[in-house]
Amino acid sequence: MFKATVIIKRRPTIVDPQGKAVEQGAKLLGFNNVSQTRIGKYIEFFVNGNDVHSAKQEVEEYCHKLLANPIMEDYEYTLDEVK
Amino acid sequence: MKIKFGVVVFPGSNCDHDAYYSVKKVLNHDAEFLWHKTTDLKNSDVIILPGGFSYGDYLRTGSIARFSPIMEQVINFAEKGGKIIGICNGFQVLLEAGLLPGVMLKNESLKFICKDIYLKVENFNTIFTSNIPKNVVKIPIAHGDGNYYTDSETLNSLIKYNQIVFRYCDTNGNVSASDNPNGSLENIAGIINKSGNILGMMPHPERCCDPKLGKTDGMFIFNSIIKSFVN
Repeated sequence: MFKATVIIKRRPTIVDPQGKAVEQGAKLLGFNNVSQTRIGKYIEFFVNGNDVHSAKQEVEEYCHKLLANPIMEDYEYTLDEVK
Repeated sequence: MKIKFGVVVFPGSNCDHDAYYSVKKVLNHDAEFLWHKTTDLKNSDVIILPGGFSYGDYLRTGSIARFSPIMEQVINFAEKGGKIIGICNGFQVLLEAGLLPGVMLKNESLKFICKDIYLKVENFNTIFTSNIPKNVVKIPIAHGDGNYYTDSETLNSLIKYNQIVFRYCDTNGNVSASDNPNGSLENIAGIINKSGNILGMMPHPERCCDPKLGKTDGMFIFNSIIKSFVN
């Protein structure tokens, strides 16, 4: 079995109103050195099986078809074997 | 001749009854609810993907509903030229399903906006707009994710093929950034596919059909669809 950890980020060219709003809050709190706040998603799940290649394939497909929308998001992931 | 509207019901749809009421009780045509787990469109002439919060808007708006069992049939129906209107969350489902191009981002203000807005009809030569008798219609919006976005190549194609059907505007039909409620690219409020049988729009025409509610501009859109079967 493998544990997959996926991070989904908005593409750099796409504005992130949530990140902007949070950063406004940061400025109000006095975090004056903070800039370019962007909000993404963190998703974790397990993949059954022992073959890392087929696990990778499954994660890729899951990310591409459902977890991320390739028009506006990029994804990256790590896969760790669970013993 | 009565036209049959199939209103798809996803878990979390909440404008399904408004759509049903408008086409059946106000316009006096047939309507039937289609639960998302069925794969039978019940001989519907038109499919309505209604507004709401399918699957709680989890992950991305419309992203999970897009894989509901009924959607495979809806996609088949679309490919055969079936007429589909996606309203608000229904528009988001159409985008996620790839039946229309682009995505919806959160409103620029991050606020859920619920108010009447004005739309400039940009293309009257569609089955959804041919019966609209004026250039500007007043229809309510109610959404948190209506900020339409697509890449410049797709945008140019939408413009080239006249696929932008509605733009947010002022009462006189002037389209400018100050009348853009949500930050939508080019003030886009509604688009059709290239073949012209699928419309997605963020405003809610089903909420302004009954004269008792004080507004009836939404009726023009449903009447256009109905007329398209007669012509």
